[in-house]
Amino acid sequence: MTLTVGNLDVRYGGVHAVRDLSFTVAPGEIVGLIGPNGAGKSSTLHAIMGLAPASGSVRLGDRELLGLRPEDVARSGIALVPEGRRIYAELTVEENLRLGLAGRRSRAAVDLDPVYELFPIVREFRARQAGALSGGQQQQLAIARALVAEPDVLLLDEPSLGLAPSVVDVVFAALEAIKGRGFAVLLVEQRAQRTVAASNRSHVLGGGALQLTLGPGDAGDTEKLVAAYLS
Amino acid sequence: MTLAILNIDWQTLADGLALGAIYALMAVGIGLVFGVLRLVNFAYGQLVMAGAFALALASQWGWPVWAGIVLCFAVVLALSVAMEHLVFRPLRGHSPAVMLVATFAVAFLLQSIALLWFGSLGKIATSLASLNRPWTLSGVDIRKITIVAVIVAALCLLLLHLLLERTEVGLHMRAASMDFSTSRMLGVRANRVISFAVLISGALAAVVAVMLTVQTPLVTPDFALRDTIVVLAGVVVGGLNRPIPATLGGFTIGFATGVLGGALPTNQSQYLPTFVFVAVILVLLVRPRGLFDFSRSVERV
Repeated sequence: MTLTVGNLDVRYGGVHAVRDLSFTVAPGEIVGLIGPNGAGKSSTLHAIMGLAPASGSVRLGDRELLGLRPEDVARSGIALVPEGRRIYAELTVEENLRLGLAGRRSRAAVDLDPVYELFPIVREFRARQAGALSGGQQQQLAIARALVAEPDVLLLDEPSLGLAPSVVDVVFAALEAIKGRGFAVLLVEQRAQRTVAASNRSHVLGGGALQLTLGPGDAGDTEKLVAAYLS
Repeated sequence: MTLAILNIDWQTLADGLALGAIYALMAVGIGLVFGVLRLVNFAYGQLVMAGAFALALASQWGWPVWAGIVLCFAVVLALSVAMEHLVFRPLRGHSPAVMLVATFAVAFLLQSIALLWFGSLGKIATSLASLNRPWTLSGVDIRKITIVAVIVAALCLLLLHLLLERTEVGLHMRAASMDFSTSRMLGVRANRVISFAVLISGALAAVVAVMLTVQTPLVTPDFALRDTIVVLAGVVVGGLNRPIPATLGGFTIGFATGVLGGALPTNQSQYLPTFVFVAVILVLLVRPRGLFDFSRSVERV
C-alpha cells in the first residue's frame, strides 16, 4: 500500500517544524528525506508515527493514520527503525526480534527465517544479550525487528548515525537487500549523497518545507547537493 | 539501656523467613506497577487492608474459607482496576511526584473509608486461624503459616517468572518496563500491558492479605500500613525497576524485620523500625542503585 503524506504541518508550541509537506512512497520504492539538522526530517517521521502534534493527512492506502496512538499506527502496517536503534540491551537478540511481532497484523504462524536470511548475524547471536552486540549489529537487529512485523511501510530514522564508515556500508547494503521486496521505505538520513544514490527520489527539506527533489542520478552532482543544503 | 544480646533461635529464623516471603510478594506487586507506570503505589497496603476486611467480614458471616478467599480476591482486584482507571491512567505521563502524591491521597481515602465503615477497633478474621498452630519438627515449633507462606510465595514467584519469561504479554511487560515509548512504537499496546501489570499486582496483594490475616487476625484500618512502608524501603534497597532485585530487597527487609523482631528483648522492640531504617540508609549510602542491581550500562557504538 502507498503511504501518502498530504499538507503535513507539525508545530511544537511556537516552533513550526514541518510546513505544508506532501509526498508519497509507493510499494517497492525507497524515498529519502534529507536536509540539515532541524530541517523537519525527524518531525515528519514522528508525525507519521503519532508521536508529534500534526495536522494535514497521513494515509496508508485509504486509511487515515493521523490521530492514532503510536501502537495503533504500528499495528496498521507502519514499522519504525528508531533513531539511536532503541534496542533492549538487557533482552536477548531473539526477544528483541519477537517484540517486533507486536505490530504484526497477520495471525498466521510466525516464520523468522526470511529475516534471519537477510541478517545472518541476527540468527547467529540470537541467544545473546542484545547489549553485547556492536553498533552495526544492533542496527541490523533494529531493522530486522521492524521487518518481522511484515509492514507495508518501513520508516528508518538516521540508521547510519553514530556508526563507523565501514558499518554504514553494512546498513546501506541491508537497504539494498530490502529494496524490491515490496516494502515502501522512507529513509531519513544525514548522509545526503548515499541516500540520494540509494533512493528512487530524495526530498530535500529546509526550514520544515520541501526545497527540492533529487533523483538517483543527482548523487554525483556535488554542486546541486551543496546548493540544496544552503538554500 | 543495656546492649541487646541477640538470641536467635530456629523459630525466630522461621518467622523471619515467612515475613520475608510475604514482603517479597508485596515488593514484586509494587515493582511490577512501577515498571510499567513509573509510579510508586503507596496505596498498595490499602489494597491488602481491603482484602483483609473482606476476609474478616466473610468469617463474621460464617462463610466457608474458600468463599472468604474468593471474596478477598474479588474485592482487591476490583479495587485495583478502579484505581487504574480513576487514578493511574488519567495521571499517566505526569511527574513521579504528582503520581506519588496521588497514591498517598488514594491511600488515605481508602483508610478513611475503612474507618467510617468498620470503626477503628477493626474486625477479626478467624477462618484461617488454625494455620497458627505449630508443627513440631525435631524439637522446633514452627507455625504452619510459616511453611504455607514460604511455599505460596515461592509458587507465586515461580508462576510470575514463567509468565514474564515465557509468554508474549510477559515479554511485552518486560520491554515496557525497560523502554515504554519504544515498545509502543513497536505496536505493544500500552493499556493492555498496564492493565495486566495492575491485575497481577492486585492478585499478589490478595495473596498477601490472606497470609497477613493469619499472622495478624485483628484487621484495623491501618492494617498493612507499616508493612507497606517497610516493603517500599526494601524495594528501594533492592532496586526498584527489576522484578528480581525488588523481590530480593523485599525478602531481605522482611527477613531482617522478622528476625530482629524476634531477637530484640521486649523492652527494645519499639526500636525495631529504627534499626531497620538505619540499615536501609546505610545500604543506600554504599549502593545507591540498590543492593541487588548488578546491571551495568552496556551501550556500545
